[in-house]
Amino acid sequence: MSQLVDRRLSGKNRSAVNRQRFLRRYKGQIRKAVTEAVSGRGVADLERGEKISIPSKDLSEPIFHHGPGGRRNVVHPGNQEFVSGDRVDRPQGGGGQGGGKGSPDGEGMDEFVFELSKEEFMEFFFQDLALPDLVKKQLAAVPETKRARAGFVSSGNPSNLHVVRSMKQAIGRRLAMAAGPREALREAEEALEELVAAGRGDSPEADELREDIATLKARVAAVPFIDTWDLRYANRVDQPTPSSQAVMFCVLDVSGSMDENRKNIAKRFFMLLYLFLTKSYERIELVFIRHHTVASEVDEENFFSARESGGTVVSSALELMHDIILERYPSAAWNIYAAQASDGDNWEQDSMRCRELISQSILPLVQYYAYVEIEAEEPQSLWHEYARIAATSPRFAMQRILGLEDIYPVFRELFKKKVT
Amino acid sequence: MTELSPVPVQDRPADPAADPAGVVRQPISEGSEWTFELLDTYDREIRRVAAHYGLDTYPNQIEVITSEQMIDAYSSVGMPVGYHHWSYGKEFMSTQKSYKRGQMGLAYEIVINSSPCIAYLMEENTMTMQALVIAHAAYGHNSFFKGNYLFRTWTDAEGILDYLVFARNFIADCEQRHGEEAVEELLDSCHALMNYGVDRYKRPAKLSMAKEQARQSEREDYLQSQVNDLWRTLPPKEASEAARKERRFPAEPQENLLYFIEKNAPRLEPWQREIVRIVRKIAQYFYPQRQTQVMNEGWATFWHYTLLNHLYEEGKLTDGFMLEFLQSHTNVVYQPPFHSRMYSGINPYALGFAMFTDLRRICEHPTDEDRRWFPELAGSDWVKSLDFAMRNFKDESFIAQYLSPKLIRELKLFAVVDDDQDEKLEIAAIHDDAGYRQVRQLLAEQYNLGNREPNIQVYNVDVYGDRSLTLRHFMHNRRPLGESTPEMLRHIARLWGYTVRIESVDQDNLVRMAGVCEV
Repeated sequence: MSQLVDRRLSGKNRSAVNRQRFLRRYKGQIRKAVTEAVSGRGVADLERGEKISIPSKDLSEPIFHHGPGGRRNVVHPGNQEFVSGDRVDRPQGGGGQGGGKGSPDGEGMDEFVFELSKEEFMEFFFQDLALPDLVKKQLAAVPETKRARAGFVSSGNPSNLHVVRSMKQAIGRRLAMAAGPREALREAEEALEELVAAGRGDSPEADELREDIATLKARVAAVPFIDTWDLRYANRVDQPTPSSQAVMFCVLDVSGSMDENRKNIAKRFFMLLYLFLTKSYERIELVFIRHHTVASEVDEENFFSARESGGTVVSSALELMHDIILERYPSAAWNIYAAQASDGDNWEQDSMRCRELISQSILPLVQYYAYVEIEAEEPQSLWHEYARIAATSPRFAMQRILGLEDIYPVFRELFKKKVT
Repeated sequence: MTELSPVPVQDRPADPAADPAGVVRQPISEGSEWTFELLDTYDREIRRVAAHYGLDTYPNQIEVITSEQMIDAYSSVGMPVGYHHWSYGKEFMSTQKSYKRGQMGLAYEIVINSSPCIAYLMEENTMTMQALVIAHAAYGHNSFFKGNYLFRTWTDAEGILDYLVFARNFIADCEQRHGEEAVEELLDSCHALMNYGVDRYKRPAKLSMAKEQARQSEREDYLQSQVNDLWRTLPPKEASEAARKERRFPAEPQENLLYFIEKNAPRLEPWQREIVRIVRKIAQYFYPQRQTQVMNEGWATFWHYTLLNHLYEEGKLTDGFMLEFLQSHTNVVYQPPFHSRMYSGINPYALGFAMFTDLRRICEHPTDEDRRWFPELAGSDWVKSLDFAMRNFKDESFIAQYLSPKLIRELKLFAVVDDDQDEKLEIAAIHDDAGYRQVRQLLAEQYNLGNREPNIQVYNVDVYGDRSLTLRHFMHNRRPLGESTPEMLRHIARLWGYTVRIESVDQDNLVRMAGVCEV
């Protein structure tokens, strides 16, 4: 008695719960690995999975076992040259099992490696940033779509029935289907008229013609007024809503006082802004401006890695940004976002100039200007000047950041605008 | 769970059985694609031949699954219904990874000791592999599960699926009531002690879902009252100090740590005791499999080989089928020598298959040597002799009883003594007249679970004092405990609730403290 069962379609992904349990249990280690991975990624390169590795010893399940030592008898197969009573040296690295076991891609056997999916990765990324759940959901979600018209199709549901189109179609069909009989009818009628004119209205030919005419009239009348084939429906398709383009300016202070940690916080700040923007815009360009006493536009790699010494003149970066906007990003065609990160140091005289630059030249051009001051001990002159801008413009946000969880409030206003 | 997995190995010449003259070939199928009709036909044919050889089996339930489901079954230790635990997730991820990287061929099959006996076939397999797996699992393993004395004594194939369902529901219920974390911690500790959750000598009672549920609440109340009684703070009677010291609790050392904890741990809640019990029951269920690996795999391998060869001789299989089958078969039973890079101990498939094949040879074509060593076997009916061997032994006793000198020579077995008081290794015995018995005895001992795992028993509880628990490790050949001991003590202390100590006792009865976990 055997029973054959096809189980292939049932119980897919049965291990999902166990996987979640595993991730929850090792969230500490995984978060650390995610943090490292984020540091190694570009600002625009957040939304993909990651290979995570955890030291195997951290997740071993212990059992009682024997340690080395004592007296052990072991039986092996494949004896070649030994006879009983032989005394041989201990093999190095245990029981003659060949050398160390290296794996081809250099992952050691003492690392447990697995893939985090994109969603899981984002979840861990968000955890540090103290985002409200609603925001997390919005960020992780696929871009929203809206229904857009896309011509007409011959099948659809009744509520989309397009009456005018359908009637047009019906007229065309009626014309086409009746064309032959009508032609024949016209000819027959003409022939009959001729016969009548010739005085042979009672002849058998004329009777025949009358019969034909009756049949043809019936055929023309039989062409249906409207038919299933005529029906046309309005077609609607999903179109992703972000359909415009944006440019995001990242302005970073690289003077001597910006250390690795501060840069890391700055990087997350940029990443998060980028992520917000990807939900609203189809195409986003990034411009990286770094500055100390002079500003320069650089690529992403140099942006985060470079470190200069010396003082800070923030206005140099603002001027450069202004020039770039005028030159490459006409504000009619681009949504412009600017994010500036600094430790707050600036030359006293320059701060005032910064305020003027922002409030007069830059703010009229940009959608949003966000400024974060990272781990500054005391609010500096720049902060005070910026505070005056923030008081007057809703498009300017600023925040002092001590830890990662302080980043989100910078975007709160920006985000509110999106939900409402 | 047992599984049949391919051992990575270079191509070895497969030696197809020569086409017996005069056989008219009427193969069941050509080509490698399988269909459900073909599976059914093959199963019917294999069943017919199995019956011819007198294999007694549970009814079969053959399930076709995807590779993902196979990994899943694989990672939940083959339990078809498992409760949730992170360790299964970890197992799944690592299996899936090595499968994706092509490092590991997935086990072709998994078979579950239940009635009906569930065998999983992977949809990716060819028809040949499916037939091999049916013969191996659905008739080989299945008849072993039904016949072997350990399985008959320790497992209840009819009740296990119900019990697993009960266990999963109970644990899910506990998670809801007491939080996932509390349950997870408890399970971690229980899993650590799983190998010490088995009765080696007592026969367990039958399990059945209804009875189990009905008894569970009753048991909870009763146990709690017993525990409370044991730990009653008011001493019932004045006992003399000396008498108290004399009397240990438990009176006899206990080998089943989980059982002892379930019954006596002072601070466990009733639901926690029930979970300890569930883990213990499952450990007990898998215990026979751990003791009969060589026999079980050897038996199944011997029968898939014999059954399919029988079908071939009847002309029901094509030559192509046999070549593919033999290719897989030789891979499975390949034993790399000890100096090979691929060597990782003795391959249970190789040893078991060789022993059963050798047994048949001794019955059918005994030599003088065999007559001297196995007078009762030589010339006997091989089907009956093999059946007897399958029913009444476990790995240890099977090897001690049946490993023949000829096989020791063939495998070139030799015994090494590794003594930490000696600078060099000593070759104790090799495959010669002087060494046969010693090699055989040492190999048998190697399969004695009692020697493989440290022998740890509950020795004493300080009932009138600080309630601390003392375990004793009875050393075998001076072998010490491994480095996991402190962690293990933490797990035991979590279950026990008070301080746990472990002492090592050597051959001269000297007692030495091996670890403490204070609570």
